[in-house]
Order: sequence, then structure tokens, then C-alpha cells
Amino acid sequence: MCRECGCSVNHQHEHKHEDTKTLEVFTKILEANDRQAQENREHFEEHGVYCINLMSSPGAGKTSLLEKTIELVGRELRIGVIEGDLETNRDAERIKSKGAPAYQITTGSACHLDASMVHKGIHHLPLEELDIVFVENVGNLVCPASYDVGAHLNVVLLSVTEGDDKPEKYPVMFRSADLMLITKTDLLPYVDFSVDRAVSSAKKIKPNMDFMMLSTKTGEGLEDWIDYLKFKVKFYRKAFK
Amino acid sequence: MHEFSVVQSLMELIEKYAEENKAKRVVKVIIRVGILSGIEPHLLELAFNTFKEGTIAEGALLVIERENLKVKCQECGAEGEKDELNTLCPFCGSLNTNIIAGQEMLLKSLELECEDET
Ligand SMILES: Nc1nc2c(ncn2[C@@H]2O[C@H](COP(=O)(O)OP(=O)(O)O)[C@@H](O)[C@H]2O)c(=O)[nH]1
Ligand SMILES: [Mg+2]
Ligand SMILES: [Zn+2]
Ligand SMILES: [Zn+2]
Ligand SMILES: [Zn+2]
Ligand SMILES: [Zn+2]
Repeated sequence: MCRECGCSVNHQHEHKHEDTKTLEVFTKILEANDRQAQENREHFEEHGVYCINLMSSPGAGKTSLLEKTIELVGRELRIGVIEGDLETNRDAERIKSKGAPAYQITTGSACHLDASMVHKGIHHLPLEELDIVFVENVGNLVCPASYDVGAHLNVVLLSVTEGDDKPEKYPVMFRSADLMLITKTDLLPYVDFSVDRAVSSAKKIKPNMDFMMLSTKTGEGLEDWIDYLKFKVKFYRKAFK
Repeated sequence: MHEFSVVQSLMELIEKYAEENKAKRVVKVIIRVGILSGIEPHLLELAFNTFKEGTIAEGALLVIERENLKVKCQECGAEGEKDELNTLCPFCGSLNTNIIAGQEMLLKSLELECEDET
């Protein structure tokens, strides 16, 4: 091998060296993001904080769910929110008015959050006083699926008004999720949405996916959701003690 | 569309490797994109051709290799490629499978033109 340039041809070097060399690298393109995401996770773990990434189409009910969740857990679980929904400060204000600390990431026109944006948010939250940090991702079923933000649990919300074919249309997103929340179930009587179809097609791409149904309007399923959170936090703590 | 931010990360890698290898120019960039990586190849190409202007990869050719979805079945032990975007075992239909290919986006190799030697 040529020492000067590492090229694989064993040649002499009197020539003007015009040839090229191939460098095999096999590096993940989003390697830097993955590294930052891992750092975020460790950051949360140092403080015993469980991080949950909420993803969905715009308007599927992420902020409404956060508001209800903060109301219902009371003092039992202390919640903080990193808010990544677009432009306006409204979502962060909605959270703060429920008494939970929230930090709004200004994403500009970004269509997803990445690990470094979330890292910034981490330093604006009082982690030592929290049990769960929710990341409300940008409303989008495509991009957020490719970016690890350092959460321990990825949740996708699917509202019944969006249609039961979403898991088939957005397999990358549904593959990335650990839990699917079927939201706005109060509207089921008015739309053609087959829960069976949504769940079975999600399971075809993510066999061990958990799923739950809820409505923030009627309160249906919220108790199970809160129990699920408590359970997750409890076992997370056990693993890190 | 996140292909632009993916290409930004790709450019950073390319620049890092080019510098480490004292390259004058990047001639070719070969990447591997899994069908389940969430990347649209033509959008990626578009983004690459926009971003490469004025960089060391200005004249570079981007080669995108598509990688199919491949699963390994935990029930029957078989491995197989999938045509459809689901993880059912193509042989026995079991849901109990692991994905062994098709999810990643990798920078595979770079063709570099190195410093002239005199
Ligand atoms: N009927 C009904 N509407 C809901 C429910 N949850 C949220 N919404 C409405 O859906 C819209 C979008 O909700 P929001 O929480 O802002 O969605 P986000 O964009 O995912 O944060 C709002 O008008 C909510 O009032 C629900 O369970 N049932
Ligand atoms: Mg919102
Ligand atoms: Zn040489
Ligand atoms: Zn930090
Ligand atoms: Zn996008
Ligand atoms: Zn099988």
C-alpha cells in the first residue's frame, strides 16, 4: 500500500499522482446525533429522570394529553416538558399554566427535533426536581422517526380522525415507537376507524408494540395511561439503582 | 423534509474524512440507505447536489445503494428479504422476527483525490 496517500496500488511516486483512492468508512450518517442522544439519556439517568418522546401528526392531541397528564398525576409524578412544536410559544404556555416546568425549543422551520436541540432543553429544566421529562416533538410522522433524541420511551399518537391506515403509510415512524396511543376515541362513532386494523398493521411493523386507547375529552383510558407511566417509572428506577 | 439535515450530517462526515486523508477533492460518495431508514433517495440526492456546491465534494458523484428489508425469524430460524414493509417472517408468517438489514443510513465509502506528490 502506498504510504503517502494510502491508496491500494503499490506504485512509485515519481509520477504526478492523479489517481484516486477509495476509503471504506461504514459510518452511520447520523452518528453525531446518536452520540448526543446517548449523552442525553445518560444525563437523564444521572438524575433518575425517565424521558418520553411524543410523536404524531399535527393536532393528534399531544399537548392536550400532556395537560391532562399533569393534572391527573398530581404530586405523585413530577413532570417537565421540552416543547418542540412549531414557532409559537403556545404549547409551552399551556403546560406552564398547569404548573409544570416547560422549555420551548425554537425550531424555526425544522420538521423534527434532534438530540442537540433536546440537550439544550435539558439544561433549562430542573431535572433534580423531576420524575418524567416529556419531549413534545414536531407534528410530523416522517422525520422525527429518524432522530433519536435520547428518550427511554418513544410514543406515537394516532388520532382516530387520521385514519387507521397510518401505520401502513408511515412504517418507519411506527417501527420507531414502543407505544401507540390511539387518541380522541370519543370521536370513534363518527369516523370509519378500525382499531383492530390500526393495531394489527402497527404490529406487523413493530410486533412488540404496546397500545392504549384514550380520550382527553371524556377521560376514557386516562387512568390506564397514568398507571402505565407509574409502572414504567418504577421499573426504570429499579434498573438504575 | 429531513433529507436536508441528513445531508448536513453527511457533509460533516465527508469533510472530516477528507481532511484526515488530506484529500484535495472528493470524487465519489457511496451511501447505503435502508428501505426502512426513512430516507427518500431522490430527495437525498437533491439535497446533496444543493449542499455540495462550494465544498470539497463539489464535483462528487453520489451513489445511493438501496438496501432491502431483511428479517430473521425467531420461530423457524429462517432469514429472508421482504418485499413488503412489514416484519412478518416470509416463510412461516410469524411476527416474532428481528430486522437484520434495511434500517440504516450509512456512509459506506469515499473516493478521494489526494495531495499531489512531487
Ligand atoms: N374530540 C377530541 N378532541 C381532542 C382530543 N384531544 C385533543 N383534541 C383536540 O385536538 C386539537 C389538537 O390538540 P393538541 O393537543 O393541540 O394537538 P397536538 O398538535 O398534537 O399538540 C385541539 O383542538 C384539541 O382540543 C380528544 O381526546 N377528543
Ligand atoms: Mg402541541
Ligand atoms: Zn500514491
Ligand atoms: Zn449537558
Ligand atoms: Zn421533513
Ligand atoms: Zn419463520
